Amino acid sequence: MNTTMTETEEAATTSYTHIGKARLRREDPALLTGEARFIDDLTLPAELWLGIVRSTEAHAKILGVDGRAALEIEGVSEVLSGADLAPLWGESALPCAWPVTDDMANPPHLPVATSVAKYVGDAVAVVLATSRYAAADGAAAVLVDYEQLPAVTDIESALATDAPLVHESLGTNKSYTWPLIPNPEAVDEAFANAAHTISERYVQQRLIPAPMEPRGVLASPGVANGELTLYSATQVPHILKVMTAVTLGIPEHKIRVVAPSVGGGFGCKLNVYAEEILCSALAMDRGVPVRWTEGRSEAATATIQGRGQVQHIELAADTDGKVTAVRVKLLADMGAYLQLVTPGVPLLGGFLYHGCYDIPNYSFECTSVFTNKTPTDAYRGAGRPEATYAIERAMDSLAIAVGVTPEEIRSRNFIAADAFPYESSAGLVFDSGDYQTVLDKAVAMANLDTVRTEQTKRRADKSNKLLGIGFSSYVEMCGLAPSRVLASLNYGAGGWEAATVRVLPTAKVQVITGSTPHGQGHETSWSMIVADKLGIDPDDIEVLHSDTAISPTGLDTYGSRSLSVGGTAVFMATDKVLDKARLIAAHQLEANEGDLEYVDGSFNVKGTPTAAVPFAAIAFAAFTAHDLPDGMEPNLEAHVTYDPPNFTFPNGTHIAIVEVDTQTGDVAIVDYVAVDDCGNQINPLIVEGQIHGGVLQGAAQALYEDAVYSEDGQIVTVNLGDYLVPSAAEAPTYRLASHVTPSPTNPMGVKGVGEAGTIAAAPAVINAVVDALRPLGVTDMAMPASPQTVWNTINNVNNEAPGGAS
Amino acid sequence: MKSITLAVNGTERKLDVEPRTLLVHALRDELRLTGTNIGCDSSSCGACTVLVDGQSAKACTMFAVQAEGTSITTIEGISGAEGAGLHPMQQAFHEHHALQCGYCTPGMVMAAISLVEEYPELDDRGVRHGLEGNLCRCTGYQNIVNAVLACAGAKEEQS
Ligand code: FES
Ligand code: FES
Repeated sequence: MNTTMTETEEAATTSYTHIGKARLRREDPALLTGEARFIDDLTLPAELWLGIVRSTEAHAKILGVDGRAALEIEGVSEVLSGADLAPLWGESALPCAWPVTDDMANPPHLPVATSVAKYVGDAVAVVLATSRYAAADGAAAVLVDYEQLPAVTDIESALATDAPLVHESLGTNKSYTWPLIPNPEAVDEAFANAAHTISERYVQQRLIPAPMEPRGVLASPGVANGELTLYSATQVPHILKVMTAVTLGIPEHKIRVVAPSVGGGFGCKLNVYAEEILCSALAMDRGVPVRWTEGRSEAATATIQGRGQVQHIELAADTDGKVTAVRVKLLADMGAYLQLVTPGVPLLGGFLYHGCYDIPNYSFECTSVFTNKTPTDAYRGAGRPEATYAIERAMDSLAIAVGVTPEEIRSRNFIAADAFPYESSAGLVFDSGDYQTVLDKAVAMANLDTVRTEQTKRRADKSNKLLGIGFSSYVEMCGLAPSRVLASLNYGAGGWEAATVRVLPTAKVQVITGSTPHGQGHETSWSMIVADKLGIDPDDIEVLHSDTAISPTGLDTYGSRSLSVGGTAVFMATDKVLDKARLIAAHQLEANEGDLEYVDGSFNVKGTPTAAVPFAAIAFAAFTAHDLPDGMEPNLEAHVTYDPPNFTFPNGTHIAIVEVDTQTGDVAIVDYVAVDDCGNQINPLIVEGQIHGGVLQGAAQALYEDAVYSEDGQIVTVNLGDYLVPSAAEAPTYRLASHVTPSPTNPMGVKGVGEAGTIAAAPAVINAVVDALRPLGVTDMAMPASPQTVWNTINNVNNEAPGGAS
Repeated sequence: MKSITLAVNGTERKLDVEPRTLLVHALRDELRLTGTNIGCDSSSCGACTVLVDGQSAKACTMFAVQAEGTSITTIEGISGAEGAGLHPMQQAFHEHHALQCGYCTPGMVMAAISLVEEYPELDDRGVRHGLEGNLCRCTGYQNIVNAVLACAGAKEEQS
C-alpha cells in the first residue's frame, strides 16, 4: 500500500517496532485449517433444536396454531405458539436501547407473536426437536391459520390518513420525528439569497447484511445454580448479557455470554434477537441446552436489514458554488418493530449531511415510520453511508449547475486543513484532516486527464461503451462514543471500552479486551500495541475476548470503535502496567523512578545502561512479592475503562471509473481509487483489507443489492441466488493510498477504518454512472443500477423533463 | 437409514445416514469435521466446498449416499500431518491477508486448490471467474485473487 505520512505521523511511529508495519494475522491458522469453532460447530449433550415457524403473511391475525402434524414427526417433542410461550417472558419485550425522543412510539415486541403477525418472517410458533432435520420438518408441518390484514409496505404513503396501521393501538405509523435545526431562520435566509439551489430525492433501498455465517444460538442452563451460558454468533456479547438479564429476569451475575468465532457481522449481529431470548428462556425452563441455527433464506427476514430511507436534500449556494446551507428531510423505514438501535441509525448520519464541506447553515429532520417489513437496524456504516450518498450526489448536481468539475466544486467547499479542530454547523467538533490533499492524491492516482480524453473520444464516436468518473469525498464519525454525548442522544448505554493487561509470572502477557472481533484481527493488532510498549515479542502476548467470564466488562465491536476506543484502553492499561513496573524497578535499583528509562524491555537509570532490570525480572518480582515497595499489591496488571472525549473523523476521497454499456445497461467498474485518512495505522495490512471489503459492500449497494418486496409485503430476494452479493467476478481491483492526519482525540492518533469503504463507495459508483450517461440526458440513477434499471433510465430519458433529478 | 462407506481425508469411514442427509451435514454432524461451513440453502455461496475424488464440489448439493465409495477431502485433510505446516494454498491465503472472518475460507481454499489443479495457467480474470461460486463478504476478493495467483505461480515454477 502506497502510504504517505506527515511529519507528525512519522515522529509518532518511528520509535515503534511493530506499530505501523504490516503484520500477518495470528487469527489465520485456526481459520485456515477449519479448527476455529463457529456457533454451529459447537455441540452439547442432550441439546434440543429449535425450529421457528415464521409468518408467511406481511400482516395477519393469528387465528390458530395447529401442531398435530408436527408432533407426529419423529424427534419433534413440542410445538409451542406465541401464547404458550408468553409466560416465559411475561410482558417483557425485546429491547430497544435507543428511545431517540421522549415521545417515540415503541410498541411491545415479543420474541414470538401472540395475536398478530406483522411482517413476513415474524415468529409465530416454535418446535423443539432432537435433531436439525426434525426441527426443520416440524416447523414446516405446523399449520397456522391467518386472517390477512392490509399491509403497509411503502414508507412514503405510510403516513397517509387512509394508510393501514402496522400497530393499531398507536393510531399512526409514525415512530418519531427528530429535528436538528440549530438556526432555522438562517437556513431560510441562505436559501432565499442563493444563486444556485439544488433539490433532489434519493432512495436508499433496503439491504440484507448477509455475513457469510448466518446467525446461531446455543443456550446451556446450569440447573443447580440457576446459571445460563449463552453462546451466540453475536458482535455484542456484553450488551447481550445485560439485555438477557433485563429481558428474562435472570440475575446478570448468573449469565455468561460467549461469542465463539463469528463469521462476519457488518452490524446485523449488533442486536438482541428473538432467537437469543427464545433459546435462553426455553433452556432455563426445560433444563436442557437449546440451539438454533439460522438458514440463509430464514436470514432474509429474521435478521435485520439495512438502509431503507427516502432522502430529500436541498443545497443553497452562491454564484461560485460555495454552499451556504443544506436542508435534509429524511423518511426512514423502521420495519415492523424497533430492534436494539433501529431508531438511532438514521440519526448517526443526521450530523453529517454537510459532508466534508464547510457549510454554515444546517437543517436536518428525520421522520421514522413503521411498515410491515423486517425491522431495520445497523448495517455497515449505519446512517453515514446514507448521508454521504445524499451530499455527494447533490454536490455533483451542483457542479453541473455551476459549470465546474466535480473536483473543483469539492475544493471550493472543503473544510480547510487549518480549520481543525473544526466546529460543524451540526454541532460536532471534527478532530483533524486535510481533505484537499487527500483529493489531490486521488485525482493524481486516477489519471483523470487520460480518462477524460478517452471519455470525450468515446462520446464523440457515439460509442455504446461510455466512460464515467465518479467522486465521493466523505467524512464519518467513528469511535462511538463519548458517554455524555450518547446521553444527550437518549442512548441507553455508555460508549467506553475496557481493557486489562496482565503480566504473568513468566513475563508472558494476557490482554483482555472488551472489543469483540469477528474478522477484524484485533488479536494481532492489540498484541502489536502492547508488544511495542513493553518492548517484548507480540507472540508473548495473548489477547482474550468475547467471553464475559473472561472479559466481564466491555461494550463490544461496532461503529468502527474498536481501535480508537478499545485499542486506546489497551494502550492506556499497558501504560499503567509500565508505571507500576517502573516503581518495582526503581525499588530494585534503589533509584528515583523519575531517573529511570525503559529501553528495549529493560529499565535502567538514565546514562547507566549496564545496571538494567529486564521486564521479566519485574514480572517475577511482582509474582514472588519477596521484595516489593512497601504497601504495593503483589501483581503486575492494570485495568482501564476509557471513555473517549470525542468521536473520531476518518475521511477520504474515492474515485470510481465505470464503463456503461448503453445497449445492455451493464455497468463495469474499470478502476477504483481510494485515498483514506484513518489516522495513524497500527497494521496497514488490516487497514487495506477493511477498505477492500468495505468498498465492495458499498459498490454492491450501488450496483447489485436490493431487498425486494412485493406490494403486499412478500420478500422476493430470499436467497443468495436472488439477492446479489457480488462474487470475485464482479469485484473491481482497488488501488489504495492513505494520508495520515493523526487524531488528537486519543494517544495513538487513530481514527478507525471498519466502515470507511462502505460509506464512500456507493456515491462514487453512482456518480460515475450518471457522469457516463449525462450526454444522453440522464441526471439521476436509482440504486441498484442493475442492467435493467440503467437500460430503462437511458430509454425513458426522452419522456422526462430535462435538467432535474427531482 | 442407509449404510455408506467413503474415504474421508484418507481414512475409510462407515456411516448410517438418512437417504436425504446432505453430504455437508454428514461431514459436520456425523463425522464432526466442522471446518466445512454452511453459508446458504441454495447452492450459491461455496462455503461448503470439498474435494470429491479430487474435484471441487459443493457438499450441500450432494446427498451423503451419493458419496458412497468416493474419496472426500475436506479442509481438515490438506495441511501437513498433525497440523505441521499449512498447505501452500492456505499459506498463500495467510500471506496475502485473503481472509478476515474466515467463514468462507475453507470452501474458498478448497475451490482454489481444485481451480489451480485444473487450470495451471491462470490469470486474474481466470481466478475471478473460477471462484465465482464462492462468496466472501469480508475481503472484497482482491487479496484472495492475489493469493491464488501466487500459489498458482509458485506451482508453475516448480513444475
Ligand atoms: S452452503 Fe453449499 S453452496 Fe452455500
Ligand atoms: S473472510 Fe469473511 S466471508 Fe470471507
